[in-house]
Amino acid sequence: MRVNGNAHPAPVDTRRLLSDHLRHDLGLTGTHVGCEHGVCGCCTVLLDGAAVRSCLMLAVQAEGHEVTTVEGLTREGAPLHPVQQAFHECHALQCGFCTPGFVMSVLSLLAQHPDPTAHEIEEGIAGNLCRCTGYASIRRAVVRAVELSRE
Amino acid sequence: MTTRWFGAPVQRVEDDRLLRGHGRYTDDIDDGALECCFVRSPYAHARITSIDVEAARGMQGVVAVYTAADLPFGGVDLPLLIPHPNLTHGRTQRCLASDVVRYAGEAVAFIVADSRYVAEDAAELVQVEYEPLPVVITPEDAVRAEHLVHDDVPGNVAAEMLQEVGGVDAALAAAPHRKNLRFRYERGAANALEARAVWALWSDAEHRLTVYDSTQSPTSIRGGLAVLFGLPESSVDVIAPDVGGGFGSKIMLFYPDELLVPYAAMQLGRPVKWTEDRQEHFTAVNQERGQVHEVEVGFDDQGHVLALSDDFIHDGGAYTPYGIILPIITAAQVPGPYRIPNYRVRFRDLYTNAIPTSPYRGAGRPHACFVMERTLDVIAAELGLDRVEVRRRNLIQRDEFPYEVGVAWQDGNTVIYDSGNYPELLDRALTMLGPRPAGDHVGMGLAIYVEGTGVGPYEGAHVQVLVSGKVIAATGIPSQGQAHATVWAQVVADELGVDIKDVEVTSGDTRRFSWGVGTFASRSAVTAGNAMHVAASMVAAKAKQIAAEHLEANPDDLELVGGQVRVKGSPDRGMPLAAVAVLSNPVRYAFGGGTEAATQFAARARPGPPLQDGEQPGLEATGYYSPPGSTWASGCHAAYVRVDPRTFRLEILKYVVVHDCGRVINPLVLQGQIEGGVAQGIGGAFYERLAYDADGQLRNASFMEFLMPYATEIPPIEIDHIETPSPLNPLGVKGAGEAGVIPVGAVLASAIDEALGVPITEMPLSPLKLYELTR
Repeated sequence: MRVNGNAHPAPVDTRRLLSDHLRHDLGLTGTHVGCEHGVCGCCTVLLDGAAVRSCLMLAVQAEGHEVTTVEGLTREGAPLHPVQQAFHECHALQCGFCTPGFVMSVLSLLAQHPDPTAHEIEEGIAGNLCRCTGYASIRRAVVRAVELSRE
Repeated sequence: MTTRWFGAPVQRVEDDRLLRGHGRYTDDIDDGALECCFVRSPYAHARITSIDVEAARGMQGVVAVYTAADLPFGGVDLPLLIPHPNLTHGRTQRCLASDVVRYAGEAVAFIVADSRYVAEDAAELVQVEYEPLPVVITPEDAVRAEHLVHDDVPGNVAAEMLQEVGGVDAALAAAPHRKNLRFRYERGAANALEARAVWALWSDAEHRLTVYDSTQSPTSIRGGLAVLFGLPESSVDVIAPDVGGGFGSKIMLFYPDELLVPYAAMQLGRPVKWTEDRQEHFTAVNQERGQVHEVEVGFDDQGHVLALSDDFIHDGGAYTPYGIILPIITAAQVPGPYRIPNYRVRFRDLYTNAIPTSPYRGAGRPHACFVMERTLDVIAAELGLDRVEVRRRNLIQRDEFPYEVGVAWQDGNTVIYDSGNYPELLDRALTMLGPRPAGDHVGMGLAIYVEGTGVGPYEGAHVQVLVSGKVIAATGIPSQGQAHATVWAQVVADELGVDIKDVEVTSGDTRRFSWGVGTFASRSAVTAGNAMHVAASMVAAKAKQIAAEHLEANPDDLELVGGQVRVKGSPDRGMPLAAVAVLSNPVRYAFGGGTEAATQFAARARPGPPLQDGEQPGLEATGYYSPPGSTWASGCHAAYVRVDPRTFRLEILKYVVVHDCGRVINPLVLQGQIEGGVAQGIGGAFYERLAYDADGQLRNASFMEFLMPYATEIPPIEIDHIETPSPLNPLGVKGAGEAGVIPVGAVLASAIDEALGVPITEMPLSPLKLYELTR
């Protein structure tokens, strides 16, 4: 599989979850594991551009696909991606644990709806749990991300 | 001091690495660590008749299997953190149970293996024989005491406490109206999205234990580990790295893993890590909120409360590791912002066969607020008065502070409200709420609350100006998302006249600051915030003292501005703070410049030894702040809701909050705390229910069935603030972490009560519960 543009031909135990593979074999610990049963969305990554739960996939199922994790959005030292920047400006994160999952879901949302309605924003982030923010700041961040993406 | 940073909506300095995926949570730390898994009791109450771990031990990839019999501390009861004279029958569990298990999820064996996958396979090979015992699951079961959770605790009563202010019986007897009421609040769960995790390494060469722990109190963990393992505290480092939410669940200590992981690391000479999974979290991490209140209230024709008697039972769970703090807080907080001239409260803290209880955001207060506010609604209904007017007539007025309630507080003092303006909270909330929306099945709810915050005993901070001019600051208590690194940088930057970008805060790392208590009870801004202020003030004073000699000025004539120490009114007479840092250490510096000024050959070398009596090298200071009493924050929430009469779907049409936590350090961070608190309150009031069955099994131990709200369930929340500074601390701040959650249950109950016309006396609600109530 390719992860963030790099080929990773490493052999993987067939029962290894994609989330564990990313975190513990590839050291990409920005992808978090909050429930391991596909509800919280902390482990959301992009698989060929679409948001998926990496805890509900086996790593071997990603063979032949392109996986994008939060680490793949911007290079070290480079400015934040507009979605990340919007989360910062709108105080859309507190403990930061759910944040990479939200960022990946918002990327997927904006890919489908570059100018989302309030309802589309609500639906677009409704697959991720946040226990800190109460979501209001995350909604604001999506609106801000759209603005930043246009600039 | 200037107020440039304090009070400004400064964006967080923590965000960048968290957004890039470069946060460092405990499970992110590997370093070749062995991984672990627990074998936990499937029974809520059972006698263990045998444990056979041989098959697990023999499995390939398994490194060690521990039962109580394998541990030198296997027979040691875990600490009872806060003993109290009324806690006559305190009991704590052992690290691993060997005799009787008293809740489903109690740890029995601990497996260390090459990977967690292998450890979980091995757990299935552990054979534990149990003889089931009768289960006590609800507080009502516990008080009936047909069965006992602990053989040697009669009546299942861990503690009983009775307090009375005034003369309740006489006041009740004389009251024109009396009413008996019963209120029931069920358990809830904090469910931080990062479950718990511990990583430990023992270095034989350095004789040193290093522990990473997703805890709210690394300093206390360090102290306990040092005692248990017979090490000086200076040989134990405990770090709470990034912690993915806590909300109280991670202030409990010691969880068994917090001993077993370090112990295994010491035994095995390799790093060891345990990471909890979500299902495990549901059955292994403390919960809170189960209480049943029997209230008798006496009131006059105008709705004034004349006397209130509250007799409640508290579901303590299987053990009392956290003492009786929760029911003490509830007992103290029932009167809330209201004048209750005669108040009696008795509680019994009862054992049940469920997970032990310890604070969850709100900690005893949401239930207290629910009891008082629901009682006031009943008084209004009985008298045909407006609910708002009844509250207005009973509120403590602005000129009555300090206001002594007269009951015991969690810090050992009695409850004294330091400052507040409760009528203003109510007026503003009603103005914000505006007119009632049109339509049927619409209800209005409101609640006013107080919150004792900033509880002692103390916190400390270390602040140092480096020779680069950068400032580093550290305190012992960790952040679980509260933006400590930002808000304390604001406090320090103001005091030292520097940009917050030049202040780097470390919190929750005993290598940097080893004293302190923990992040809980809405106490960090008050205790550690003021400690930062104290330490930074000491550094500022020292900087002025050193610079004064070189500038030939009086220290009192100096100010710290823009990274300079300069003469007030003569901005050109000054020197960089960086240079002062060089001067503070009278030796040669190879790097960093300024060496010529700090040697004995400097032009203005002063007479006498380089370090004179009472002087210490370095532009640094350690300061402590110990509050004389709690600071009392307050607020008013109000809402309009609509309930669908067929599906009982709840629609929150409008939700407003007016909040007072004294002086606000960072309004952006405060807004986030309140919005998040309200969301947790809404979840706890209407969606989240821990469904224990009669056998003590938690039937919904997953996010599939324990319904935490998504964005779709949380409405926009409108927030306003008033500021009545606390007179008790230099910054005038009060705590804010728990406030948002406290009144939500009371608000929604009041609104749903009116929308459907059915009395709401219990929490949590759900569509099914409302359907049952309206039948």
